[in-house]
Amino acid sequence: MYGVGGGGGGFNAPSTTSGRRRNPGDEEEDEEEEGAEGRVLEAWERAYADDRSWEALQEDQSGLLRSIDTKTVVHAQYRRRLLLRSAAAAAARIQKGLIRYLYIVIDLSRAASEMDYRPSRMAVVAKHAEAFIREFFDQNPLSHVGLVTIKDGISHRLTEIGGSPESQINALMGKLECSGDSSLQNALELVNGYLDQVPSYGHKEVLILYSALNTCDPGDIMETIEKCKKSKIRCSVIGLAAEIFICKHLCEETGGSYTVALDESHFKELLLEHAPPPPAIAEYAAANLIKMGFPQRGVEDLISICSCHKKIKSGAEGYICPRCKVNVCELPTECRTCGLTLVSSPHLARSYHHLFPVAPFDEVSSVPNRIQRGVQNCFGCQQNLFNPDGQTSLHVRCPKCNQHFCLDCDIYIHESLHNCPGCESQRSFSSL
Amino acid sequence: MSSAHSKLYSDDVSLVVIVVDTNPFFWAAAALPFADFFANLVHFVNSLLLLNHLNRVVVIAAGVSSCSYIFDSSDASAAGGVGVTATFDKASRKVEEFIAQDARATAGNGSVVSGNAASLLSGALSLALCYIQRIFRSGTRHPQPRILCLQGSPDGPEQYVAVMNSIFSAQRSMVPIDSCIVGTQDSAFLQQASYITGGVYLKPQELNGLFQYLAVVFATDLHSRTFLRLPKTLGVDFRASCFCHKKTIDMGYVCSVCLSIFCKNQKKCSTCGSEFSRVMPDLNSMPDQSK
Repeated sequence: MYGVGGGGGGFNAPSTTSGRRRNPGDEEEDEEEEGAEGRVLEAWERAYADDRSWEALQEDQSGLLRSIDTKTVVHAQYRRRLLLRSAAAAAARIQKGLIRYLYIVIDLSRAASEMDYRPSRMAVVAKHAEAFIREFFDQNPLSHVGLVTIKDGISHRLTEIGGSPESQINALMGKLECSGDSSLQNALELVNGYLDQVPSYGHKEVLILYSALNTCDPGDIMETIEKCKKSKIRCSVIGLAAEIFICKHLCEETGGSYTVALDESHFKELLLEHAPPPPAIAEYAAANLIKMGFPQRGVEDLISICSCHKKIKSGAEGYICPRCKVNVCELPTECRTCGLTLVSSPHLARSYHHLFPVAPFDEVSSVPNRIQRGVQNCFGCQQNLFNPDGQTSLHVRCPKCNQHFCLDCDIYIHESLHNCPGCESQRSFSSL
Repeated sequence: MSSAHSKLYSDDVSLVVIVVDTNPFFWAAAALPFADFFANLVHFVNSLLLLNHLNRVVVIAAGVSSCSYIFDSSDASAAGGVGVTATFDKASRKVEEFIAQDARATAGNGSVVSGNAASLLSGALSLALCYIQRIFRSGTRHPQPRILCLQGSPDGPEQYVAVMNSIFSAQRSMVPIDSCIVGTQDSAFLQQASYITGGVYLKPQELNGLFQYLAVVFATDLHSRTFLRLPKTLGVDFRASCFCHKKTIDMGYVCSVCLSIFCKNQKKCSTCGSEFSRVMPDLNSMPDQSK
């Protein structure tokens, strides 16, 4: 999904309307990008939104400064990511950890008040953590997230691990103050204690958003790292300052990824890379059958008290747990009374695209003669693939159905739609 | 949704992408002949175009072996012919070509068992969404897109994942999928599609009045829908069906690796082949700890 957002800068005019029409979580990204990459703002207006405007310039042969053609750059970046992902998938018969238990650790030490990110590191982290949580639940409907903060050298659990994005975000927004030192060990110990309780089929993960350049630990952090490794917790760190050895060591030991953000947009990109499920390491989580219930909506004239908010609801507003017949307000959830995992079939279907990804398309460079090739339009959106000078612009082709697509459709198909329209429009390929 | 639309400058201009089922196996046995159906459709398309001169209509045909764009009002107006007869001629010629081509493709492909073949709804929806994304890219003052599916043939279970992917993508970009069933049986795919994306699902009682249904229910633009009482989708069944017996179940077992659904305990997942170490009897231990 972030590819669509990221591609927004490359589209002709990233519009407020298209931002409005995506889900609310994306709005923020789009708005920010408008400021950054070009609507009709003049250069002097743009300075505040993007303080590295010189990086978007390029010298051409005659020494004139031109702005970089963002569309091809964005597409090249996106292709690099896509190929990286599919190469990893091809290397081994891959399984994805679809049921994830993730703790997000947010560093609220003194270093989080630094103003190299504007207005402060803390505000930037909070803003993107919110977007990340929404995106995370969109991509992993059966997963759970909890929040932990580090402040004054101690870590504190902000929210229980749970399945509702709203409650997590509200809790985070209420607690934004920073002071004191940061302690990696305390945070890991705390998270380790909580993640011990999750069921064995769940993939345990920690994502640390680390602002500080040091860690003040009460004991030997190497022991804690060993402990995390033993309990099969995948630890990833995104640094906001500079690379730190201990973070790198932690990630290497536990199989996570360590990245350091260059600026705000890079931070957003790095954070959202953690939204799709990571490749599962077979021994990290045991394959298991999980008993789940598929509740139906209650009947209209049934009045009952919902188990989650203790409010009186008519049956049609909630779902009825098939085992204990208690009323719950939203799915997916766990029944408060009998502990059954309650989902609806679309929640499961939302995860299937991780298992059946669309193969990356091959790039087709310019075809000089339009008579030779029958293809003139993008198969998906019917956009003309020819430049005015009779050459095809750079476009892509699906290796399976050999249909040609424009770059915009390529990004859309791989990041949001997860279907190849060409393959779906052919009988022989349509069976999965 | 209403708040999102009211902020837009041009809330009455709509882009309607109509997905037409051209399944010959269905239309051969249908109560309403395809020619009559198509005449209704052409009148509907024309009335949409007359409602607002900026309205745009795109028609996509979903056949048994292929999908194709049949009609695009922006092409037609560029060519200068927006008259009813011109539109009708052009579209009917295109659809005839398409049906003939589709029939050839079907004949050439032995895998289609005549009689119960489903149309390629997933392909047509994917095309429609790609087209709509192009409209989104075109600038701030694009028309409000929506999709209307006119389906007659039964759902194709093999398209389940692809159709659901399309539905979720439509939901993300807030494109409602309306569905009008011209066949005899309800479509579970389209019921879910309309429910999830906030569109209208309708199965007309009397197909002779199809144009009336189309004009009254599906011609209304998204802004006006907030003031109208359109047919509500009732009782969408979100229960899953198990992969082993295709039975609809209330409670079942889900493989933690690939999320396949089974109605009984298994030792090994038939989809992904992972062996289950121990069946979790329940998650009874969980709520105690999380309290």
